[in-house]
Amino acid sequence: MNAHDSKIHGMDLSSGRNDGIAQGDELLKVENVTLRFGGVTAIEDISFNILKGEVRAIIGPNGAGKTSMLNVINGFYHPQEGSITFRGEKRSRMRPYEAAASGIARTFQNVALFTGMSTLDNIMSGRSLKMKQNFLTQMFYFGPARNEEIEHRRRVEEIIDFLEIAHIRRQPVGKLPYGLQKRVELGRALALEPDLLLLDEPMAGMNLEEKEDMSRFIIDVNRQFGTTIALIEHDMGVVMDLADRVVVLDYGKKIADGEPAEVQSSQEVIDAYLGVPH
Amino acid sequence: MFYREAGQFKTNYRDDQAIFPILQDRIGLGIIIAFAFIGVPLLANDFWMNSIMIPFLIWALAAVGLNILTGYSGQLSLGTGAFMGVGAYACYKLVTIFPDVNIIIHFFISGFFAAGIGILFGLPSLRIKGLYLAITTLAAQFFLEWSFIRIPWLYNYNDSGAIDSTTPKLFGLPIDPASGDPVHRYLIVLSIVVFLTWIASNVIRGRIGRSWMMIRDMDIAAELMGIRPLYAKLSAFAMSSYYCGVAGAMMVFLWLGSAEVESFDINKSFLVLFMVIIGGLGSLIGCFMGAFFIFVLPIIMRALPGFFNLGINAATMEHVTSVLIGSLIIAFLILEPHGFARLWQITKEKLRNWPFPYG
Repeated sequence: MNAHDSKIHGMDLSSGRNDGIAQGDELLKVENVTLRFGGVTAIEDISFNILKGEVRAIIGPNGAGKTSMLNVINGFYHPQEGSITFRGEKRSRMRPYEAAASGIARTFQNVALFTGMSTLDNIMSGRSLKMKQNFLTQMFYFGPARNEEIEHRRRVEEIIDFLEIAHIRRQPVGKLPYGLQKRVELGRALALEPDLLLLDEPMAGMNLEEKEDMSRFIIDVNRQFGTTIALIEHDMGVVMDLADRVVVLDYGKKIADGEPAEVQSSQEVIDAYLGVPH
Repeated sequence: MFYREAGQFKTNYRDDQAIFPILQDRIGLGIIIAFAFIGVPLLANDFWMNSIMIPFLIWALAAVGLNILTGYSGQLSLGTGAFMGVGAYACYKLVTIFPDVNIIIHFFISGFFAAGIGILFGLPSLRIKGLYLAITTLAAQFFLEWSFIRIPWLYNYNDSGAIDSTTPKLFGLPIDPASGDPVHRYLIVLSIVVFLTWIASNVIRGRIGRSWMMIRDMDIAAELMGIRPLYAKLSAFAMSSYYCGVAGAMMVFLWLGSAEVESFDINKSFLVLFMVIIGGLGSLIGCFMGAFFIFVLPIIMRALPGFFNLGINAATMEHVTSVLIGSLIIAFLILEPHGFARLWQITKEKLRNWPFPYG
């Protein structure tokens, strides 16, 4: 993962933030997080970390608390107990837009694209945080506002090239097939140039070919841009191939954490997935 | 046949990002604007100016305002009439306090008062959505109407409770509806409407407009892209109310001549909402089409029997027009729920691909 790798066709979408965190150091730390909704405990005393540059998978049966965990990380939910440290800063009660500004991007389990907008505009929307024009300059468009649009358009076109979605550039995303929508959503998240990319079931409902394409993109994002990825996925083949480390949740508790092979052979994990006789 | 983009290659992003990337569209728009500025004043008589063109443009501007809020930002509002009223009353007070200032400057300033009130009544949108938000804007409508009656300072304590245009002059020319030349007023309204529509199209296609559409389409995802709902929603309310306010000010000073609280009642809010829905949510050209359909078409239909000497009396025609317009609205919404703008878009798409069924 040297500097040369992060450039293809002269483009550089790598997480260029010089934050002093070396590859393999701790990027995000979740400590003793507990999340309750009234009497229901969705997440109970979970701790794990994500290292910079790795692909970290979060797996578990339905209702285990995986998506809640992502929602805690990017600020939709605020846990009652525990803390989250991102890039060395412990944060409390962060709002989702603050999480986005700090470098966390995310895709959703059910595609959450801006259905009324084109593919191009959807990915452009990911650049919002990097655009600085105000009302006054935008009112008259010519000059700084136009230059900014063009500059960001260039970056967006690079992402479009990378994800091979140039042919649907102008189409409203609402009409696209599901597999492509997922890809556009990945593109929109990439447009933020995140340090940490959270993917919530990026391959749900896809056929084998689409899964292979998506896996290829995830690997490319990780290797070429050096983006750290946290991934929720039910397809164990994908998880075992892509992930560097896996954390397993069940009923809101962490039951295993480690390398894929290690997790795979854990008795507790097998029990959680297959059930135990009573 | 003539609507082709063949041979028009875009070699840079600047050309590709233009509002009208197709040459024929630019020519068409140029012709329409030239006709509006030169042709209409030459051809139209006073009736056409006073009763059709000026109010049509004013309603279209109000529709642009509401479309920014409802069409582009997804926040349903029933307070348009009241926001227009805020602009009108603010302009009236400004003219009273600073009678020497150019009236056009007053129009643009009075919009800011409407924008302020709009932001205030937009605050609930941070917590509630959809129909519930519509109810809170309805509250704005009623509260503001109440203020227009109960705060006599707003209408300078006069007995009638009405505000009237106090013979404003522009460069020495009288431009009030009573004594001024309608052509002058028409050209002022047209210039302001064209200018503000151009501004709106610029804001919409940039970062701010995109943030509105993000909030409209998927507010959760918008927040994750770093959009602060507070800024996005309130800026939409501000800009929308600004446009409604300017439209309201022009309504009193360049069209009606005088107005009281009834001029800004809930019916006006509905009228503008219908224009936006019929014209097409999220389309600027749709605002003009909607204003034409809702405001101009009934006038033309009422005038038709007289034009052809059909011998139908005016009262009967009034009823017939209402029935016809009502049926047209229903038929149209069944055929094309996304409004005239979508119809227009489909037509252009078909023309581009003609004679093939799809491209």
